[in-house]
Amino acid sequence: MAEVVSVPGSDTLLRRKLWEILSTGVATMLANELGRSAFHAGSPILQIRDLRTNLLRPASLSLSAGECIAIRGPSGAGKTLLLRAIADLDPNEGLVCLDGRNRSTIAGPEWRRLVDYVPAEPGWWADTVGEHFSEWTTALPVVRELGFPEDAKAWPISRLSTGERLRLALVRALMVRPKILLLDEPTAALDPASVAAVEALIAIRVQSGLAVLWITHDAEQARHIAHRLLVVKGGQVREEVPEWQATSP
Amino acid sequence: MASYIALNYWELGAASLFVFIDAGLSVIFRLNLHRSLLVAAIRMAVQLALVGLVLTTLFSLVSPLWTGIAAFVMVLFAGHEAAQRQEMRLSGWWSYGLGTGCMMMSSVLVTVFALTATLRPNPWYDPRYAIPLLGMILGNCMTGIGLGLNALTTSLVNRRASVEAQLMLGATRQVAAGPVTREALRSALMPVINSMSVTAVVSLPGMMTGRILGGVPPAEAVKYRSS
Repeated sequence: MAEVVSVPGSDTLLRRKLWEILSTGVATMLANELGRSAFHAGSPILQIRDLRTNLLRPASLSLSAGECIAIRGPSGAGKTLLLRAIADLDPNEGLVCLDGRNRSTIAGPEWRRLVDYVPAEPGWWADTVGEHFSEWTTALPVVRELGFPEDAKAWPISRLSTGERLRLALVRALMVRPKILLLDEPTAALDPASVAAVEALIAIRVQSGLAVLWITHDAEQARHIAHRLLVVKGGQVREEVPEWQATSP
Repeated sequence: MASYIALNYWELGAASLFVFIDAGLSVIFRLNLHRSLLVAAIRMAVQLALVGLVLTTLFSLVSPLWTGIAAFVMVLFAGHEAAQRQEMRLSGWWSYGLGTGCMMMSSVLVTVFALTATLRPNPWYDPRYAIPLLGMILGNCMTGIGLGLNALTTSLVNRRASVEAQLMLGATRQVAAGPVTREALRSALMPVINSMSVTAVVSLPGMMTGRILGGVPPAEAVKYRSS
C-alpha cells in the first residue's frame, strides 16, 4: 500500500479503491441495520414443508434465527390455524424441523417450549397473575418494561384488561425462552405506548436470535417489525415481496 | 323366606294410575313431558316383563356362558345409556367405547370380588347372585361414569383456553388437564358419597329393602348391604 501511495499519478486510483472498501463496509453495516440482525444470513432454524390441516392447504416456509416474518390476510383466512399447526396444537400433517430435528422426534411439551404460541386471547388457569409464572422475580424486568408495577403479581386475572392480558401472556411466553415465538396479533388491543413497548421488546430479542412469526393486520406495523411477509388467503399460504421492499430501489 | 305378597295384574294396573295422573298434569301445565313419560313407562313395563322371562330361564340354567353373555349385554346397555347422557360427544367410537370400557372394567371387577370374596355362592357365577349384584353396581357406575365423562368433556371445552395456555408453555397433558380431570372425578363420585352418607337415614338401599320385603330380618339385610 505504502508503495502504491509513493507512485505518482496513482493517487486517484488509491482514493477510488479506499472509497470502494469504505462504501462496501457501510453498505454491509446498513444491510445489517435494515436486517436488524446479525443472524439474518444464517441457515433456517425452522423449516416447514407441506404443513396442512383439514382447513389449511399445504404450506411451506423457512425461518432463520433472528428473523421476523409478518403474516397478513383477511380474517378467517387461516393465519391462526397456521400458527396452531406449527405449535402442534391441532391435528396436522407435514414436515416441520427445528435446527434440523424433525418435530415428530421431539415430545409435545418440549416442542412447545421451543416453539411457543401466544394466542390472541390468552388463557389463564389460576386466579392471580403471579401464579402463572414459575419465577416472578425473573420475569420482573420484562414485566416492568411492559409498564406493570412490581405488585402486579397479586392482581386478580379477572380484573385485567384485554391489553394487560396480552402483555402478560407475552412475558409468560418469553420466560420459557423459546427459539421460535408465534404471535397472534399481540398488539391488537393495546394503546400506542404499549404497542411501541411490545414492538421494542420483541425487536431486541429478534436481534439476539429469536425467530418470530407475527400475525398483524397493520401494514405499517409489518413494515416496522418484519423482514419478510407471508400472506394467508383462503387457507393458502404464500410469501410476498413486501410493499416496503418493492417500493425501495 | 317365602312370606312375600304376590301381586295380581289388577293391582299392577292400579299402581300405573299415578303415571297417568302425572301425564295429565303434564298436559294441563303444558310441560311437554307426557309423551316421554308414557313411552318410558311402557318401555319399563315391557323391559321388566322380558327380564322376568330371561331371568327365569337364566336362573334355571346356571351356566357360566349364559350368565357371562347376560352380563355383557347389561354392560353394553349401560354404556349406551351413559353415552346418551353426554352433552358433548367425543368423536367416533370414543364416546361409547370409553364409558363402556370403564364400566366393564370397574363393575366386573367389583362384582367378581363380591362374589368370590364376600358372598361366595356355589358356584360363584350363580346368576341368582351375579346378575342382580352386577345390575346394582352397574346402576351406580352408570351414574358416576355418565356424570364424570360429561363433566370432563364440557369443562375441557369451556376451559379450552386455560388448558391450551398450559400446553403452550410446555406443560404435559396430565398437568394441563389436571384441574379438569379432578373436577370430573369429583362430580362423578359426589352422588355416591352423598347417598352413602345419608344411607339408612334418608333412604333405605334397594338391596336391603328387597331383602326385607323378601322376609329377611333387617339385621341380616343390613349385612348384605354393607358388604
